[in-house]
Amino acid sequence: MRTILAVARKELRQIRRDRRTLMILAFLPAFFLLLYGYALNFDIRNIALAVHDRDGSAESRELISAFVNSGYFDMQASITSMRDAERLLDRNDARAVLVIPEGFSRTVTTGGTAEVQVIINGDNANTATTVIGYASSILRTAGAQYAPGGAVLSPINVEPRIWYNPELRSTLFLVPGLIAYVTMLMAVTSTALSIVREKETGTIEQVRMAPVGTFPFIAGKALPHFIIALGSGVAVFGASMLLFDLPMRGNWLTLAIALSLYLVGALATGLLVSTISDTQQVAFQIALLVSLLPTLMLSGFIFPIASMPAALQVITHAVPARYFLEALRGIVLKGTAASHLVPEFGALAIYASAALALASIRLARERG
Amino acid sequence: MQRLRVLVWKEFVELRLNPRLFGVVIVAPIMQLTLLGYAASTDVKDVPVVVADGDRSVASRELIDRFEASRNFSVIGSVTTVNEIEPYLETGGAWLGLVIPAGYGRALANGRPVTLQLAADGTDANSTTVALGYATALVGGYARDMVEASAPSHAAPAAIDPRIRVWFNPQLESRHFMIPGVLALVLLVVTVNLAAMAIVREKEVGTLEQLNVTPVRRWELIAGKLLPYGLIGMIDVLLVVAVAVFWFQVPLRGSFPLLFGISAIYILCTLGLGLFISTISDTQQQAMMTATFFFLMPMIYLSGFVFPIENMPGVIQWVTYLIPLRYFLVVVRGIFLKGIGMEILWPQVAALAGWGTVVLSLAIVRSRKRLN
Repeated sequence: MRTILAVARKELRQIRRDRRTLMILAFLPAFFLLLYGYALNFDIRNIALAVHDRDGSAESRELISAFVNSGYFDMQASITSMRDAERLLDRNDARAVLVIPEGFSRTVTTGGTAEVQVIINGDNANTATTVIGYASSILRTAGAQYAPGGAVLSPINVEPRIWYNPELRSTLFLVPGLIAYVTMLMAVTSTALSIVREKETGTIEQVRMAPVGTFPFIAGKALPHFIIALGSGVAVFGASMLLFDLPMRGNWLTLAIALSLYLVGALATGLLVSTISDTQQVAFQIALLVSLLPTLMLSGFIFPIASMPAALQVITHAVPARYFLEALRGIVLKGTAASHLVPEFGALAIYASAALALASIRLARERG
Repeated sequence: MQRLRVLVWKEFVELRLNPRLFGVVIVAPIMQLTLLGYAASTDVKDVPVVVADGDRSVASRELIDRFEASRNFSVIGSVTTVNEIEPYLETGGAWLGLVIPAGYGRALANGRPVTLQLAADGTDANSTTVALGYATALVGGYARDMVEASAPSHAAPAAIDPRIRVWFNPQLESRHFMIPGVLALVLLVVTVNLAAMAIVREKEVGTLEQLNVTPVRRWELIAGKLLPYGLIGMIDVLLVVAVAVFWFQVPLRGSFPLLFGISAIYILCTLGLGLFISTISDTQQQAMMTATFFFLMPMIYLSGFVFPIENMPGVIQWVTYLIPLRYFLVVVRGIFLKGIGMEILWPQVAALAGWGTVVLSLAIVRSRKRLN
C-alpha cells in the first residue's frame, strides 16, 4: 500500500510540472461543455427561405406569412425568377424556396387545387427531412382554411407524448455522451503517455531495479489519472446541472458504480496501449484511434446505433462507451434503477477485466 | 535548388524509417473514411416500436401492419395497456410506444374520430423528432387512404397541393453529405499532425542546431518540410476521393481538377498551421497535444462538419469564420453535390488563400526567432 502511494505521489508531481498538459486537462472539459451547452445542437430554426411569389395577391401574402410566423423560417429574399432560386441555393443563401404559382388566389378561392412548390436544399439529409416536415404541415394547415365547409377532419388524430425530455432539448442528450467522451480520452491518453514516457526516457529501467512490484507500480501510476478523470467527469456533471438544468432522476450510488467501472476499463485500455508502443508519438496516435474514434462514432453518442449496418452494430458491442452511455442516460434522464442496468454493468465489468488481463499479460512478458 | 532536393529526400528517408507513421498516413484515412461512411448516418431507420393494442380488432391490426411494413419502423413487441409500455421505454428496448385505445375499430366504423397516443423516448432528441415525424406522416397517410376508400366522391380535393422537391441529394442520404466532409477532415488531421512534428523533432533530437550551421536557408528548410508532406496530402486526396466515388457511390458532379487544385491550397493552410504549432512547442508530445486538443478538435466541432453552423449562436458563428475547414467544407460539398465551380466558390478560395498566407508567414517568422 505504501509503495502504491509513493508511486502515485511521484506521478502526481510529474503531472503538476507539465504546464501545458495541465492546461489541456482544464481546457478540454470546459471547452466541450460550453460547446455542447450553447453552440451545438440539431434543433432546426431560422431556416433561410426565399420566396418566388408569382401571384402577388392577398392570399399569396397570407401563405408567406404563415411560413414566417411559424417561427421556423426566416424570409431572406424575394425573388423574381427560377434562376435566382438556383443561385441562392447554390450559394447556401437559402435553404428552401417557396414558389407560389400565378393565379393562386383565383384557384383557391374558387375551390380548385393550386400547386405550391417548395424546393429544399437536400445536402444535409437530416436538416432537409425536418424542413420537409415543417413545410408540408404549414401548407396543409393553410390549405385547410379554403376547403368548402371548413377543414376536413381526419378520422385519426395523433397525440404525441414525449417522455424524459419533453422539450426535446438536444443538450440533455449530448451531455451524458460528453462525460463518456472526455473521461475516456483523458484516462486513456494520460495513462498511456505517462508509462511510455518512462520507457522513452529510460527511467522505467530504474523502476525495474527498485523494490516495486508490477502491481504497485501500475496501481500507483493509474491512481492519479483515475482521480483526475473522475474529477473531470464529476465537474462536467455538476456544471451541466447548474448551467443546463440537467436533471438527476436516479441514484447517485448507481452513477458512481457506472462511472468507476467505465474508468477502470479506460485506464486498462491506456495501459494496454502503453505496452504496445515504444514512443509517445505512436502511443498518442493509437490512443486516439482506439479511444476517441469509437467513443465518438460507435457509441450512439451522436449517431444512432440502430441506423448502422449490421456488421458495424456487432462491433459496437466491443465499445465500452456504448454501455456506459446507455447506463448514464438511463440513470440521469429516466431514473433507471440499478437492477435494470445489470447487463450494462456486466458488459463494462467484462471489458475492464479483459483489458486488464491482456495488459498484465503483456506487461509481465515485457518485464519478464 | 540542389539543397532543397536534398532536404526533401532526407524527409522521405525519415518517413521510410518510421513504418508506424506510414500506417498513420495511409491506413488511418481509409479507416476513418470507412467508419464515418458507415456509422456517421443521422438517418433514422428501423425505429423500435412497442404497440399497446387495447382494441385487438381487424382495424387495429391493419394499422400495426402499416408500421411493420414501413422500413422506418420495426414492431418489437405487443402489449395491451399503456402501463406495460413503460419498461420498454425505460430500458431503451423501444423508442416509440403506439397506444391504440379500446373501441378504436368501432369508432372508425361509425365515422367518429379517434385519438392515438404516441409515447416517445425523448432522450435522443434528434432521432425522436425524426421518428415522430415519420409516425405522424404514416398515420396521416393511412387516415387519408381510409377516407378516400370509404367515400371517394366525398373527399374534397385539398386547396393546396404541396409539391416538395429536394435538390442535390434527392434520396436524402446523409452519407452523401458526410463523406465529402471526411475528405476535409482527414486532410486536416493527417497533415497538421505530420507538420507539427516536423521541426519539433529536429529540435528535440538536437539536429536543428546542425541544420543551423549548414548553409541551408530558412525558406529552404520550410519548403523542404512542406513539399514531402504536401505530396502525402495530395495522395490522400486521390485515395479518399476514389473510395468515396467508387466504393460509397457519392456523386461527383463538379470538376475533379478544380477539387484537386483547391485541395492543394487547403493543404497549404493545414501544413502552415502544423508548422506554426511546431514552432510554439518544445517537445513532440506538446506539439501533438496542442495540435489535437487546442486546434483540431475545436475546428472540427465548429466547422459545420456535423453540427450546422446556422444553428449556432451569433457570436460563435463569427468565430467559425476563422476556421479554414469551414471554407473547405463548403468547397468539397459544393463540388461533390451541387457541381458548382469557381464562379460561386471564389470567396471560399480567397479566404483559404488568405488564411494560408497568414499562417505560413507566422510560422516562418516564429521559426526565424527560434533559429537565431
